[in-house]
Amino acid sequence: MNDKLLVSPAPHLHDRTNVSMVMWNVILALTPALVMATYFWGIKALMLTLLGAVTAVVTEAAVQKFRKVPISVADGSAFLTGMLLSFNIHANSPWWLPVVGSVFAIVVGKQVFGGLGNNPVNPALLGRAFLLASWPTLVTNGWIPTRSGSINGINPDLIGTNLQTIAPKAYELITSATPLKVAQTIRDTSFVSSLTGSATENATLASNIFNSLFDMGTLKAMFWGNIGGCIGEVSVFALLLGAAYLLYKNIIEWRIPLFYIGTVFALSFLFGGITGSRYSVMLPFFHIFGGGLMLGAFFMATDYTTSPITKRGRIIFAIGCGVLTIVIRLVGGYPEGVSYSILFMNVMTPLIDRLTMPKAFGEVKK
Amino acid sequence: MKNALGATREEIFQKNLAEYGQYHFMAKKYSKGSTYRNLSQLGVLMSLKTFPGGVHPHDFKHFSKTAAIDKLPPPEKVIIPMSQHIGSPSSPCVKVGDEVLVGQLIAEASGFVSIPQHASISGKVTKIDLFAHPVGTKQMAIEITGDGLDKWIELVDDENYLDLTPDEMKKRIADAGVCGMGGAGFPTHVKLSPPKDKVIDTVILNGVECEPYLTSDYRLMIERPEEILRGLENVMKVVGASKGIIGIESNKPDAIALLQKHTASKANIEVVGLKMQYPQGAEKQLIYAATKRKVPNKGGLPMAVGVVVQNVGTAVAVYEAVRYKKPLLERVITVTGSIVKRPANFLARVGTPYSVLVDNCDGVNTEIGKIISGGPMMGFSLPNLDAPMTKGSSGIVLMNRTEAKQLQEHTCLRCAKCVDVCPLNLLPSLIVSAVKVEDLEMANKAGMTDCMKCGSCAYVCPAQIRLVQWIDTGKIKWAALQRAKK
Ligand code: SF4
Ligand code: SF4
Repeated sequence: MNDKLLVSPAPHLHDRTNVSMVMWNVILALTPALVMATYFWGIKALMLTLLGAVTAVVTEAAVQKFRKVPISVADGSAFLTGMLLSFNIHANSPWWLPVVGSVFAIVVGKQVFGGLGNNPVNPALLGRAFLLASWPTLVTNGWIPTRSGSINGINPDLIGTNLQTIAPKAYELITSATPLKVAQTIRDTSFVSSLTGSATENATLASNIFNSLFDMGTLKAMFWGNIGGCIGEVSVFALLLGAAYLLYKNIIEWRIPLFYIGTVFALSFLFGGITGSRYSVMLPFFHIFGGGLMLGAFFMATDYTTSPITKRGRIIFAIGCGVLTIVIRLVGGYPEGVSYSILFMNVMTPLIDRLTMPKAFGEVKK
Repeated sequence: MKNALGATREEIFQKNLAEYGQYHFMAKKYSKGSTYRNLSQLGVLMSLKTFPGGVHPHDFKHFSKTAAIDKLPPPEKVIIPMSQHIGSPSSPCVKVGDEVLVGQLIAEASGFVSIPQHASISGKVTKIDLFAHPVGTKQMAIEITGDGLDKWIELVDDENYLDLTPDEMKKRIADAGVCGMGGAGFPTHVKLSPPKDKVIDTVILNGVECEPYLTSDYRLMIERPEEILRGLENVMKVVGASKGIIGIESNKPDAIALLQKHTASKANIEVVGLKMQYPQGAEKQLIYAATKRKVPNKGGLPMAVGVVVQNVGTAVAVYEAVRYKKPLLERVITVTGSIVKRPANFLARVGTPYSVLVDNCDGVNTEIGKIISGGPMMGFSLPNLDAPMTKGSSGIVLMNRTEAKQLQEHTCLRCAKCVDVCPLNLLPSLIVSAVKVEDLEMANKAGMTDCMKCGSCAYVCPAQIRLVQWIDTGKIKWAALQRAKK
């Protein structure tokens, strides 16, 4: 009997979580968002997502075989990377876009550094950045309306029945761009002044469009995800459902999402106003619902490997993400800022960790 | 099997059952009444005291919590290690062939930070040699083969024991060989001798028993509350403390209630319910939870914040030492696990081989996968049941093969779960990655030398990294480096 007895150092208990349990649980938590996307855009959204995920798995297996290391795709981490990448493109993308993105994400974003746990930045976001740099028009244009409405959830009738005739540019804007794009464009004075012949009319129109973003109907559309956007980011409802599950399961921690979303909320409340428009308290909701923030804050900024391990570090990281997101959205010329902010803060993570080493319990102040 | 008092084990068991039946019943009710427990925990959740960090393992106490303390007859043979405590090993003062009585001195303290050892059965000294020790190594010990008579040295009954001076009390405690019975085994008389400039105002009794599976302290609390309280009063008198606190985890509501009842008339003693959270019973965590005082790190002692902590078992030993001059030669030990046929809490003699204890539980019902001496979070796993129980042995946990399955280590995910649970606010994952590349300076910055090996980090790590083992490796390397520097 003696040789069968295990002699090992304490602790002799483990909570029996493991890597694959964590990863597959995150995938499970992302499933509601996928279901919503499939409902709004049809089977194409589902196919693109699966294509990205399967490509990632195959790529990882191939690279691991080539590197002669154990093949670990069953842990779900490659699947998750591919899924997140596909969640960051829109449903009208060509089939090869998630494939190329996933290959890049896995090879350059992850395996080059030695695989899971060693990558400096979030592979899925790196993959997306690569796609955006290589095929900018494919990634940012060509949004398709969801099954049941316009792209940004704004009903053109709210602004004026004959908007199409009086201001074709405005009409195009609100029917073909995502909510964040509308908000950004409408802040641009040169765009506003080119809408119609008269300056006062322009201002009123701009203000109307802006206000219509905060119409209850628009907010509802954003909450359920009935708006234009990337596959995985649109349904706030589905993402919150998944996030609640992960928080309950103790898989993600509250600090990063709370401080990230909180920062965006506060800053957009303070600085998000628009010239010539009535100030709206709805604006912060619009900023946190209308783009990739929910997906980013709960599922990408919380990525284990690329966020700080110290508690204070996580707060700094999240606030950094929030500030950058708002700066990009309000000051920069780009409607969406979530992925770049997270990528940038990923790079800062080692530094943040080093600067926020915690004090041990009972450490005497010097 | 008959013990010295002429009663069979079964009779004692029945007697215990009759005597403690009502607690027995209470314990049962609480153990299965999850509704009651959840409600009571919900109700007091916010008011329960605790510490930051920590984990919540399932407590597995149901196996043995209803088993009343069962006094084992003296075994045929005992092995009494010379090192059952922190400090220098005791030095034997008997020779092979000597006849000894129960309670007779067989080894003297070899300095201030040391304790004497006493024979725990009467008989003949048959060997003084290296024997298996419950920490897994071989250590010097005295083997006594019993004569089956259980002849004791003469004890006293000093009814006015509370009138003794603190120094007299301390002397009796030291002479009785009392050391911490919660695990570490620090000589009690040393703990009770703070430097002159330190004022101790509070004595905390540790009835937390946060290690899963173990129930020896719990049984002691519900069966012998009076003695625990007397021990506490003794300790308070020795160090001149005005306040006594008994800290108990909320998963033992009956123990809390019972001790509260017994202390109702004592204004200076408070029973504090603590949240069920591991390692609630670690000294610094307990002190923080009970008093909000923080013991300084880097070797800081509780006395630095005016506190002395004693285990509830130690309190009973102190009481018996001071009142009866009874040496510490028996203690309550839990033998438990899913595969143990009749999990039990034994009052057994120090030096009883683990195999005897397990046999007294009617053995196991399937193949043993792992033998743990102590609790599963900080205990040692042993290759066999040869080792004897010591003054610090709180339990034996037997696991089957599935429970004992060794998990595969993966690469660190940097998930920081270990960081979130570390009760000392260290960065376990960083310590380990630094130790792996031999960057001991970095490991130290992340808190390596502060680590108390509670195991919370390794318990939650989804990559199943054996963090405590790595941190230990680092500590050993660091100590070697420090020695080399000198
Ligand atoms: S819990 Fe394990 S995997 Fe997570 S950071 Fe700590 S050591 Fe790494
Ligand atoms: S690092 Fe040490 S003190 Fe912290 S959780 Fe791990 S074992 Fe416990």
